Amino acid sequence: MITANINGIPVHVRKGTSILEAARKININIPALCKHPDLDATAACGICVVKNNGGGKLLRSCCTPLEAGMNIVTHDDELQEIRKTVLELILSNHPEDCLQCARNNNCELQKMAADFGIRSNPLHRINKGIAPDISTKSINLVPDKCILCGRCINVCQNIQNVWALSFLERGIKTRISAAGDINLADSPCIKCGQCSAHCPTGAIAEYDETSRTWKALYDTEKYCVVQIAPAVRVAIGEAFGYPEGENLTGKLYAALRKLGFKAVFDTSFGADLTVMEEATEFAQRFVNKTGPLPLITSCCPSWVDFMEKYYSDMIEHFSTAKSPQSMVGVLSKTYYAQENKIDPAKMFMVSVMPCTAKKYEITRSEDMFASGYQDIDVSLTTRELARMIKQAGINFEGLPAEEPDHILGDYTGAGVIFGATGGVMEAALRTAHFFVTGENAGIMDFESVRGLKGVKETTVDIAGNKIKVAIAHGIGNVEYVLNKIQQARDEKKELPYHFVEVMACPGGCVGGGGQPYGVTDRLRVSRAKGLYLDDIKQDYHYAHENPYIKKVYDDFLGKPLSEKSHKLLHTVYTPRPLYRR
Amino acid sequence: MKLILLKDTDGKKEEAVFQEKILAEMKKENVQGKWQVVRVADMGIYNKGVAVKILPEGFTYTGLSLDDIPALVRTSIKEGRELGEKSYGLKDKQVKIVLRNCGRIDPENIESYLESGGYQGLKKVLLELKPEQAIEELKESGLRGRGGGGFPVWMKWQFARKPESAEKFIICNGDEGDPGAYMDRSVLEGDPHSVLEGMLTAGYLVGANKGYFYIRAEYPLAITRVQNAVEQARAYGLLGENILGSGFSFEVDIRLGAGAFVCGEETALIASVEGKRGYPSPRPPYPSVKGLWGKPTVINNVETLANIPVVFSRGGKWFSSIGSPTAKGTKVFALTGKIKNSGLVEVPMGITLREIIYDIGGGMLNSYDIKAVQTGGPSGGVISREYLDTPVDYENLQKLGSIMGSGGMIVIDESDCMVDLAKFYMNFCVDESCGKCAPCRIGTTQMLEYLDSVSKGKAREDDLPRLKKVAMAVKKASLCGLGQTSPNPVLSTLRYFEEEYLEHIREGKCRAGKCKDLLQYSILQDQCRKCGLCYRNCPVNAITGNNKQGYIIEREKCIKCGNCFDVCKFEAISRG
Ligand SMILES: Cc1cc2nc3c(=O)[nH]c(=O)nc-3n(C[C@H](O)[C@H](O)[C@H](O)COP(=O)(O)O)c2cc1C
Ligand code: SF4
Ligand code: SF4
Ligand code: SF4
Ligand code: SF4
Ligand code: SF4
Ligand code: FES
Repeated sequence: MITANINGIPVHVRKGTSILEAARKININIPALCKHPDLDATAACGICVVKNNGGGKLLRSCCTPLEAGMNIVTHDDELQEIRKTVLELILSNHPEDCLQCARNNNCELQKMAADFGIRSNPLHRINKGIAPDISTKSINLVPDKCILCGRCINVCQNIQNVWALSFLERGIKTRISAAGDINLADSPCIKCGQCSAHCPTGAIAEYDETSRTWKALYDTEKYCVVQIAPAVRVAIGEAFGYPEGENLTGKLYAALRKLGFKAVFDTSFGADLTVMEEATEFAQRFVNKTGPLPLITSCCPSWVDFMEKYYSDMIEHFSTAKSPQSMVGVLSKTYYAQENKIDPAKMFMVSVMPCTAKKYEITRSEDMFASGYQDIDVSLTTRELARMIKQAGINFEGLPAEEPDHILGDYTGAGVIFGATGGVMEAALRTAHFFVTGENAGIMDFESVRGLKGVKETTVDIAGNKIKVAIAHGIGNVEYVLNKIQQARDEKKELPYHFVEVMACPGGCVGGGGQPYGVTDRLRVSRAKGLYLDDIKQDYHYAHENPYIKKVYDDFLGKPLSEKSHKLLHTVYTPRPLYRR
Repeated sequence: MKLILLKDTDGKKEEAVFQEKILAEMKKENVQGKWQVVRVADMGIYNKGVAVKILPEGFTYTGLSLDDIPALVRTSIKEGRELGEKSYGLKDKQVKIVLRNCGRIDPENIESYLESGGYQGLKKVLLELKPEQAIEELKESGLRGRGGGGFPVWMKWQFARKPESAEKFIICNGDEGDPGAYMDRSVLEGDPHSVLEGMLTAGYLVGANKGYFYIRAEYPLAITRVQNAVEQARAYGLLGENILGSGFSFEVDIRLGAGAFVCGEETALIASVEGKRGYPSPRPPYPSVKGLWGKPTVINNVETLANIPVVFSRGGKWFSSIGSPTAKGTKVFALTGKIKNSGLVEVPMGITLREIIYDIGGGMLNSYDIKAVQTGGPSGGVISREYLDTPVDYENLQKLGSIMGSGGMIVIDESDCMVDLAKFYMNFCVDESCGKCAPCRIGTTQMLEYLDSVSKGKAREDDLPRLKKVAMAVKKASLCGLGQTSPNPVLSTLRYFEEEYLEHIREGKCRAGKCKDLLQYSILQDQCRKCGLCYRNCPVNAITGNNKQGYIIEREKCIKCGNCFDVCKFEAISRG
């Protein structure tokens, strides 16, 4: 611990704490534009400067550790003037385009300009005029709005280890782009959207599909149905001023009906179904040796994309089960349409996801058209849905909770925890235990699969079998796990794992790239907690006990891994070796 | 024909006597026919008694008495050698420590370096002194970094010495990105071993076993010479395992600079050696604690390292006897601009600007008066002529709004426009800003916009406080030295020459005639012979009239190309 003074107030902090953090501890907010709590400081904006011992060189508080005996001043006339000028400089090189911007009302730069009371800018306008990159249909790059804070590059390289983005050129011409100045769609980008979730401005945002959704909703020919993913319910509240992690499932269903959806499904039902298929796959591989172990989860499209690009030798390890989103998609245009005598051609399926990559998933291969139509027509992010609710003039706070539509809306606690890292594994193990032993696991210690540790490794006992599992979240963490598997395979050693879960986003989908802005680890934990509480609240905690899952199998699919499930609920993977690092 | 120039710089008009004496002596020596003795009006030397300059050799002597003439004629005219004691300028006030061997030894032969006392300093450090004693010696020498910052060398080494680390590194910064500077190149080319010796000494004292020469790719000869020096040193047991039996081992590698100015900044340089984009990063951590590959790293400039062998061979005490109270030893400057003798000069710290310019540089090149001196390279500042008697050291230059930088020194005269000058340097900074941090990236461009509008007469008076405000923010909030110093040209010209800015703004006038957009061309009717040459040569038909009534220039149409001015045979076009 060290002691120093900030604005005359003594502070005691751990050695290594930045001046910025230390000041926050005593309720002094030093303005900062490029620093993000998830990321190491890039020191790019220069707004956070402070004085030590009355002058000399200013220190960047975001990246300068507080040292014992320092006398920091965070605000005085000179600092205010410098900060304001730096902000004016940034604004002079930024389009004054808030009204047409993805981040309007939700932008760190805009907020800072408002906080500083900027009313006019005396400086010269320096325009950029760089074409946006909308090649991915998942995220848009709008370099004109980029303030070159470096967060996106930082997250893409250091957290995700994808290295899709980079700065090109120098000086005033510096711009953000896919590395190598190619289209993002042709780059290693896996569409996880973490860059957009960390961007302080509208320079990287989700590919907006709200207009297409509105059009469908107002089209009387169309029969619009919708599904919401687990992680959406515990995050959307942030857009409406609810406390962190509050579960708003019932209100969401109600709001979606108000928007005009004729049926409201829940992706958590799909998650239950994914568990059934995947746990069966696991049990068969484990017991009957029908395929190689470890089995690796495949419900995260960014992860699938990453694997197809960089680790295609892992394809045989991948669960062929489709993601929950895709399962609900295909069943809505087949089973649900049949049961309710709706022409699937007229159906318009919208998914609301915490995720930008799900936009990519819905057309990623022919298997996504298993119903004979495009199974899911549009995938929206949590952020887009929040905007639609506001635009529709729905008083979200005042809505009474509603129930989902049956069958494709009824879920168990196992399905809903899919949204948090470790959740897929936990849900699958609950059911795999049943499949292997014929009985439900008693109180199993699943705590070791929860939480934000980058790679969680544990062993679970199923009928005396030690099942070794690993859970990685944040793609950057996956290398460790995969290397271990590859090494054991190459050296013909004992398997390091039997079952592996990977989620591309830190924290899993609760921390997804399409979630409300401003994510921090604290928020990831709160959102996950909301899901675990939902699990507790449910009548069922095992996917195989979901009566509607049973019904779908009885009525329609037969049994897990049946021919029909294979046709509708499974997919194949293709190496895309075109991308090499 | 050879020339002997003669002038009594005290104005006592004794040239005639001296001329006679010289001619007489030449007759005696029997060399009279080949030489012409010329009395000149100005030699750029003032108040130094009788001065003589011999061309083409360029020997210059001052303070001559008639008694000196026989020796002078014999040695310099007959034998073509310089006469030491009366020699003026370049010899006079320079002290050669860094450049001690340049031009004197064979840089490709280690023997030549050894003969001149090379590797004696290293030997002393390795075999005689305890490391603490050596650091103490360095401290006593008062040697500070010559790469711009002026950080005490002993302290930097001490910082890197302290932490326990299996790996540490020494980097020699030979990036020399400042366009006007070439002292590091001269040293690397002319005396590579002294830099290598400096690195070895650093390596031993810091506990590093690996060094990198980071040299600009545009310096192929320097690279070859360093490579050669490295090989020879290895052959002589001065590099590699167990150097001189001391148990100390050291290896070096050469890395080529990518060409960007900012890559000379230490953290950017390290990133570049690591194969990353050459962006600076925040300090702390300083490289001496966490540098190359995260390990303690000493990074020193070429000139700094070339001083090291001397510090140890002659002792810290001797070294500190040269220089000013806060800066010891010498500094090499690249002297240029409107000055007679351009070139590299090595002077003791604390010498005045006037001495450098007049005594060494030989004074002003043209008939214009000196206006200012620009020091510190593109992001340095100008110092007005009132301050010519300031002793040159880090602190003094900074107080005057400039910097030592890498040692550029450009003499500016009345024919230079300060706005134009600031614009020129700002252009450089705009081009060289790496773009990482907002204040520098956008601020330099904004400052350039303001300067541009002043130079075009489009600025308003209240733009000046804005320009200053931007300059201050860039200075204070930029991440690295480039941004922090980039406003110097603006702030320093505004400090000493604000009235020139105001002239541009208020009167639309550039007194030096450098800002093209402010020029007005008109025809002086009483001088015009109505020949119509200008009329026919104007590319935009801005000149109207005929050979009866004469011609006029329509200001709105004129694009200020200057064709009319150039073609008129009667000086009837005025420009101003
Ligand atoms: C933009 C910029 C360019 C620089 N270029 C050089 C250079 O070319 N050579 C150099 O030795 N130092 C250069 N420096 C200074 C280095 O960062 C560093 O301070 C120096 O190499 C340390 O050596 P010294 O302590 O021996 O001076 C530069 C600094 C900045 C900010
Ligand atoms: S990024 Fe922010 S400041 Fe820029 S236009 Fe969009 S909302 Fe406005
Ligand atoms: S979406 Fe993910 S992989 Fe693509 S650029 Fe952004 S952070 Fe990188
Ligand atoms: S795109 Fe966004 S996150 Fe990336 S550098 Fe620009 S402003 Fe920062
Ligand atoms: S972790 Fe979830 S939100 Fe993130 S990319 Fe994967 S599926 Fe999408
Ligand atoms: S001050 Fe300029 S050169 Fe230095 S890091 Fe910032 S942008 Fe780059
Ligand atoms: S927040 Fe510190 S430099 Fe941007």
